Amino acid sequence: MISLAHYIVLGAVLFCIAVAGLFINRKNVIVLLMSIELMLLAVNMNFVAFSRFLGDVSGQVFVFFILTVAAAEAAVGLAILVLLFRTRNTINIADINSMKG
Amino acid sequence: MPTLYDILTLLPELYLVAAVCLILLLDAFMKPAQRPQLHWISIVVLLVAIYLVVAGQPEQTATAFNGMFVRDHVAEILKVFALGLTAVVFVYARPYMIDRKLFGGEFYSLMIFAVLGVMVLVSAGNLVTIYLGLALLSLSSYALVALNRDALLPPEAAIKYFVLSALAGGMLLYGMSMVYGASGMGGTPTLDLAKLHDVMAYTTAPKLLLLGLIFMLVGIGFELGVAPFHMWLPDVYHGAPTPVTTFIGAVSKLAAFGLAWRLLEVGMGDLSRYWQPMLAALATASLVLGNLVAIVQTNFKRMMAYSTISHMGYVLLGLSAATPEGYSAALFYVICYALMSAAAFGVMLVLTRAGFECEEISDFKGLNQKAPWMAFLMLLAMFSLAGVPPLFGFWAKVLVLEAAIHADMLWLAIVGIVAAFIGLYYYLYVIKVMYFDTAEEGAVVEVKADTSLRVVLSVNALALLALGLYWGPLLAWCQRAFGV
Repeated sequence: MISLAHYIVLGAVLFCIAVAGLFINRKNVIVLLMSIELMLLAVNMNFVAFSRFLGDVSGQVFVFFILTVAAAEAAVGLAILVLLFRTRNTINIADINSMKG
Repeated sequence: MPTLYDILTLLPELYLVAAVCLILLLDAFMKPAQRPQLHWISIVVLLVAIYLVVAGQPEQTATAFNGMFVRDHVAEILKVFALGLTAVVFVYARPYMIDRKLFGGEFYSLMIFAVLGVMVLVSAGNLVTIYLGLALLSLSSYALVALNRDALLPPEAAIKYFVLSALAGGMLLYGMSMVYGASGMGGTPTLDLAKLHDVMAYTTAPKLLLLGLIFMLVGIGFELGVAPFHMWLPDVYHGAPTPVTTFIGAVSKLAAFGLAWRLLEVGMGDLSRYWQPMLAALATASLVLGNLVAIVQTNFKRMMAYSTISHMGYVLLGLSAATPEGYSAALFYVICYALMSAAAFGVMLVLTRAGFECEEISDFKGLNQKAPWMAFLMLLAMFSLAGVPPLFGFWAKVLVLEAAIHADMLWLAIVGIVAAFIGLYYYLYVIKVMYFDTAEEGAVVEVKADTSLRVVLSVNALALLALGLYWGPLLAWCQRAFGV
């Protein structure tokens, strides 16, 4: 039987993978966008699991809002990425360093 | 089904949604020759929204949509200042945007969407509303930062802002999911902030609740821009077009205060003994780091970014007192900070022209000989930021320090006072550059001829002096909101 704890641990593992992806990744901005998406999905996993096991639908309603905002966020993120590529011809994170101090 | 009462409670927000859609349509269908009218239309839209907020404010706290939306006096104050400062930013922005060929409906509609996000956020009564308001504010802000899309720095600033802000948003949501779970262990699960207040008393999973609180604090710390979650701030301030920097520096900070107060006091007020020391640690880190790193900056916008970090430390000083007195002092401080930073960036915007950003501190050399009035306005802003009596910034600092001392955090107040003296150095340095250095050979100082810009900027900077001498009514308004 899969218990609530299993789902929460899965959510935590996904969240950790996402955060590690954000910090360890030094190559590509697209991987950052994927990590952000994964992080939001980990949160959704938590909400749905709690909602199902505690017998309350408001958590699942929240998930719909998160999914919608995540889609909008991905659209804005990709638009910024296109701008970045147009101004510098690279999306390598190590090259995005014109501001320091 | 929403009742008429719900709709009326939400009237300012609904009106703003309709108005911003109208502005988008006007932008699409107006003849190019008429398009400059959008500027005045947008300002009128914001002023009408202020009227609706104030005129429709119920004496007692009103909630709509089953507690999703709360209309209380704290929200009223934050909304009035957020809308008013956005109108001020519009006035400051116009010459800058025209010079750089950025003038257009998208700037105005994105700004109004952002301020709509602020309004939803500060009135949130539910975790869902908090998240939606925050998302509306941040999504509009990313686009605004990248508005000057052909330049080198704005897209870089936007992607840094985007990634770090999304990370913070994810942390905030993860914390919310844990709090939601903890509220269901031993009771009814809820997302309602007012109901979350009592969770600690009954939950069978207090550790889950505390873990959720810590994750949410990371998100709040990021929005406020306090150390160690401040990494985005200098780059975003530096890379964004200056009017957008002004908006992020002034209006977003009001929203961040609203977020912090709603989540920590309304939602997690019962846990204040846990979050007080965490906020105190964040405040100490910001006060020290912000003031020390600001000293070595040569770029005025980056210096202002580090100054923001230290000022948000003072706001946390008030919040960490966790008393109505502390909250009202923090609200007073954040309003004061928003006015001061708007004035400082306003002087910068008056001096910029196409191809010259006036963003190095050395660009202000000898300003007093070329434009004495602008130098004087900057002097007022700098003295107020430094907290020199009798200016507005001084009283705001006194109030948060007093609140911290009354909450038995004398050491934190001492850190705040020492930090204020360190901060004095770099504010006075700007004044020294303006008044005692001579301008470099061939430097051209050109003050924008825009009358509305000059008038509003003068009023903004002189308000720092006027409110410094006569701060009673504003403080009384803030204190009444928290029932002091």
